[in-house]
Amino acid sequence: MRTGKLLAAAAAAALLAGTAQAADMTGITDKTIKIGNTNPYSGPASVYSVIGKTISAYFEMVNEMGGVQGRQIDFISLDDGYSPPRTVEQVRKLVEQEQVALLFQTLGTPTNSAIHRYVNSKKVPHLFVATGASKWGQPNKYPWTMGFQPTYDVEGEIYAKYVLENVENPKVAILFQNDDYGKDYRDGFLHGLGDKADELVVSMLPYEVTDPTVDSQILKMQESGANVFFNITIPKFAAQAIRKSCEIGWKPVHLLNNVSSSVGATLTPAGLECSTGLITALYVKDPVDPQWRDDPGYKEWLGFMEKNLPDADMTDVNYAYGYNVSKLMHHVLDTCEDLSREGIMGCAANLKGVELPMIMPGITVNTSPDDFYPIQSEQLARFDGKRWVTFGDVIHAGSH
Amino acid sequence: MTVTRPNPVTPQLLAGFGVAVVFAAIVPHLVSDFTSFQFTQAMAYGIALLGLNILTGYNGQFSIGHSAFYAVGAYTAAILLYHFEWNHYATLPVAALVAFVVGFLFGLPALRLEGLYLALATFAFAVATPQLLKFDAFEHWTGGVQGLFVPKPEPLIEGLSADQSLYYVTLAVMVLLMAVAWCLLHSRSGRAMMAIRDNPIAASTMGINTALYKTTVFGISAMYTGIAGALSVFVTEFVAPDAFNFFLAVNLLIGSVVGGIVSIPGVIFGGLFLVFVPNFAQDISRAYPFVPPPWAIFGIFLILAIYFVPFGVWGAVERAFAWWKRKSAA
Repeated sequence: MRTGKLLAAAAAAALLAGTAQAADMTGITDKTIKIGNTNPYSGPASVYSVIGKTISAYFEMVNEMGGVQGRQIDFISLDDGYSPPRTVEQVRKLVEQEQVALLFQTLGTPTNSAIHRYVNSKKVPHLFVATGASKWGQPNKYPWTMGFQPTYDVEGEIYAKYVLENVENPKVAILFQNDDYGKDYRDGFLHGLGDKADELVVSMLPYEVTDPTVDSQILKMQESGANVFFNITIPKFAAQAIRKSCEIGWKPVHLLNNVSSSVGATLTPAGLECSTGLITALYVKDPVDPQWRDDPGYKEWLGFMEKNLPDADMTDVNYAYGYNVSKLMHHVLDTCEDLSREGIMGCAANLKGVELPMIMPGITVNTSPDDFYPIQSEQLARFDGKRWVTFGDVIHAGSH
Repeated sequence: MTVTRPNPVTPQLLAGFGVAVVFAAIVPHLVSDFTSFQFTQAMAYGIALLGLNILTGYNGQFSIGHSAFYAVGAYTAAILLYHFEWNHYATLPVAALVAFVVGFLFGLPALRLEGLYLALATFAFAVATPQLLKFDAFEHWTGGVQGLFVPKPEPLIEGLSADQSLYYVTLAVMVLLMAVAWCLLHSRSGRAMMAIRDNPIAASTMGINTALYKTTVFGISAMYTGIAGALSVFVTEFVAPDAFNFFLAVNLLIGSVVGGIVSIPGVIFGGLFLVFVPNFAQDISRAYPFVPPPWAIFGIFLILAIYFVPFGVWGAVERAFAWWKRKSAA
């Protein structure tokens, strides 16, 4: 009789141990959740380090308010200097030594590429990575990695939709930077044009980031008779392209990629008059745009910034970006019933209509087990000589 | 007249070497896989530093562009693994050969360049390398900005983890290359190399072909660094152009000086310094909010190292040993 009871107890214990093993609780206790991150606090991409600082400040605030489901967030953010081998080392340190529950917002395309396979083989959630490349949403191949922002090719598709619906008899010229960023945008745009792409595109010219100017490309595009110009360039070249086309009197429907939509960095040097009428796609509320002054989301962000990061440069849109993505991570952890690695991944892959304070109204976060692209909508805006004025509906590109 | 030299292979040397190898062989069983991985990285750096020491410490030629040879080795291995699915270890000799040829060819114009001018030429090479790797014409092979993925080699012996296995392979390669360097430097050729360093005019008067020596040494140095680059690919399982920027070149120089630029065993300390000190600096910077940011702390450590051990860690060890010998003789 006694042995029977013992056996039953042993069986129950084994069963419990079995279930405990099934759910990977690494980095998660009743009191804390450990989250790992890499950011370029030094090196060529250190302008983005404000994102890491914003996230740190955000979780400190969350901890002061009692944490997430009664647990304090232990956010460990390490410097990788934007160097892939360094990222590998730091991420292995986070996963193997620090035993973090998940990785969040690791920043950069080459750096995340370096750890993509490693984190998936270790089955560590690799959430809301900070890059615009399109390869972070492959749940079949990489079920532990998920992106965040609209990818470059999604944005390209949005412009294509706009052209097809609004321009009569379009003849398109495309200028693109000859690298992964430029090609992602270009391919998304061509995909959006569909079968007619070959007919509609009359001129497609690359430039190298080492080129001095893009003047000759602009002249060739004007000669091609194009009435739509998709400008896939970084700020320096965007300003040149805007200025040159203005000087030679070429007035196409000018679509400028979001990468160069900064008024200060691109449009002012190009000339505000020449920039009037440009069209771009936005998804983050620009903190300097006066139309958000009374917006509750903006006020919430401003309150957070003034209290927690009082010395920050409030015109830097990266603070808004960091706040948005922290808020999303907070939301996932706060609403997730199963706080294990699998559980958190499952919650991140079942987000429906989540609104974030500094994201444009009408754009929400949506994911599903087959859709690892959280934000896939953007809002078009036209430059009126002073600021971007949004128009039309939010455009969703959901080809992924 | 024949000159008899004392045999450089002393019992102390063999004993020290044996103890070091045995100790190194036990390490992976005492520490975690992650720490083994860090030691492997340090050894890969150590091999690169060995190349730099042969060139600068023993032959007096300056290079601030060894990151480029590191990249040549790394990409040779990565391309063979990624596009041709070679065996990992078979790529090592090829990486060595390619790096040697590139280094030798680079060494040719170096004959006309001395000191600072050579340093500037190597600097140009280091700066150009990441951009060349992104260059369109090579993109099919190099993977462009995105780089190339390569898997870690499978464990050679059952029961070892992949990290432990790679540690032993890297250790074996490092010990072999150190032995080769030691033999080279204690040979006629080694003495010729040092003669060129100390007084090039006198050396050529003695009948040493300085031109041939200098280019060959450049090639050998590049070869060592190329092998290190190839091993680093196995360790990180990934290559991308941004990993081989000028910062790496400067780091190699730092490691070389900290370990002891005129030494062979010093490279181990140089490698350890490069891997562990930045991490340590970051840890204390994170733990205590009042201390300066990590790279400033790294700088402080570097200044301390140069102030207290100006001949590098191994230079200090040698001096301590000599002092002890003198004292015990007296």
